[in-house]
Amino acid sequence: MNEQILIAGFGGQGVLSMGKMLAEAAMAEGHEVSWLPSYGPEMRGGTSNVSVNISDKPIGAPIISPGDATCVMAMNLPSLTKFESFVKPGGLLLVNSSIIDKKATRTDITVYYVKANDLANELGNPKTANMIMLGAYLEKAKVVKPETMLDQLRAVFGAKKPQLVELNENALKKGADSAK
Amino acid sequence: MARVLMKGNEAIAEAAIAAGCRFFFGYPITPQSEVPEYFSIRMPEVGGTFVQAESEVAAVNMLYGAAGTGVRAMTSSSSPGFSLKQEGISYIACAEIPAVVVNIMRGGPGLGSIQASQADYFQATKGGGHGDYRLLVYAPASIQEACDLMATAFDRSQKYRCVSMILGDGMLGQMMEPVEIKPVEVKQYDNSWATVGWADKSRPRAVVNSLYITHEELGAVNKRLQAKYKEIAANEVMVEEFNMDQPEFVIVAFGTVARIAKNAVAKLKEQGINVGLIRPITVWPFPYCSLEKAAAMNSVKGFLTVEVSAGQLVEDVRLGVNGKKPVELHNTLGSVYPTPDEIVESILALKGRK
Repeated sequence: MNEQILIAGFGGQGVLSMGKMLAEAAMAEGHEVSWLPSYGPEMRGGTSNVSVNISDKPIGAPIISPGDATCVMAMNLPSLTKFESFVKPGGLLLVNSSIIDKKATRTDITVYYVKANDLANELGNPKTANMIMLGAYLEKAKVVKPETMLDQLRAVFGAKKPQLVELNENALKKGADSAK
Repeated sequence: MARVLMKGNEAIAEAAIAAGCRFFFGYPITPQSEVPEYFSIRMPEVGGTFVQAESEVAAVNMLYGAAGTGVRAMTSSSSPGFSLKQEGISYIACAEIPAVVVNIMRGGPGLGSIQASQADYFQATKGGGHGDYRLLVYAPASIQEACDLMATAFDRSQKYRCVSMILGDGMLGQMMEPVEIKPVEVKQYDNSWATVGWADKSRPRAVVNSLYITHEELGAVNKRLQAKYKEIAANEVMVEEFNMDQPEFVIVAFGTVARIAKNAVAKLKEQGINVGLIRPITVWPFPYCSLEKAAAMNSVKGFLTVEVSAGQLVEDVRLGVNGKKPVELHNTLGSVYPTPDEIVESILALKGRK
């Protein structure tokens, strides 16, 4: 396995958390991982992205270069504009079509449109849009098992906020179902 | 301990605690602020002391004072903040106090940027502050290596009574990787030099000092320091030689940049071009011997130094190669990191030149 996943959106959408959950789950399944955030003079509403590498070998560059990403998840329009070109031919592009009305232009990649915000609203919590998107990604890419991701949810929220485990579990499932 | 996913800055702090560090003095600056933040939580839990000083200058002098009592202590900062600490580090080096310092480099000069950079190479490897002194400088390429080297840095600083440094960049500080913080056997060295009180007068009085007014005294101190650096240079070089079986070209890079270079080595292999990598793990003492050895290999046509600075590392590479083979520079400036493809291009350009 050599997955290079780039997740981008605006600050507050939970982009870094998505990446961390994914990296934690992949590590739990015995893979090598790296998680590299963009960091800058950024704030809520600014841009945010994270590069996650998952591999069976030691990871070289933690940065994902243009044309190397096996998957890009674009949570907002500036992210689609900036990172569509990063997907390698044959790779996967997931677009949050709730708030991005533009279509992808590439024809050499697989593009899925996920209504992440709408589906999150249906669950009653707009903050779960990130887990909807992550659920869709896991359904498509099968990088880690859903059970492993649930273990991560329990590890993150279990003791302090058990109600959030169920909420996020539902969001992952809803996202996965939308991508089936 | 099982592997956990940790941010570089936090892992460095946890590894320092495992290495016996119980005193931290610092001042926040991006991209290393998680180091003091983490210590502020953990030090009280392990009976240690965390002080957020009023400035970098204060922090380094607190380190001087605490370390002068023989305890394991450290400070950390990032480039502009690290410049402010140079006077204190020079004093600590002269007084021969064991201490550990961490620089998580960002772009410069001046206040620069908050993004990663390697432009403090000269400062780290050639002394840094005033006077003739050296730091023992470790440049990890991964978070695991940073943690392992933290234990070595503390041990060697005690062994040689010198200042050890962990030289990382914003990428290493900000990224997360799986890491195992290994238990460290904290070795005790003679600390009769430490200022721990003189109530019973059972030993010669210990004095921490860096002022030697007479030629004779300062001359003797400098001779002692240089002898010590010679010993360190002889014993403490660490280097990774990667894919060095009859390579056509050799890339030299340290830290996170060496990881990017490894991707380039793999891509070049796919094209049938055999390229090796020499990664200095200690950037002082520098592994000149590895470069000498590589320069003497018949297969090697030339060297490519890859660095995120204006041509600093390349000077040491040229000293090692000593004119025997061409040494080219692939560098990027202003916190821009090279891609593997760009490094591949540079190697192809070297190959095409003949």
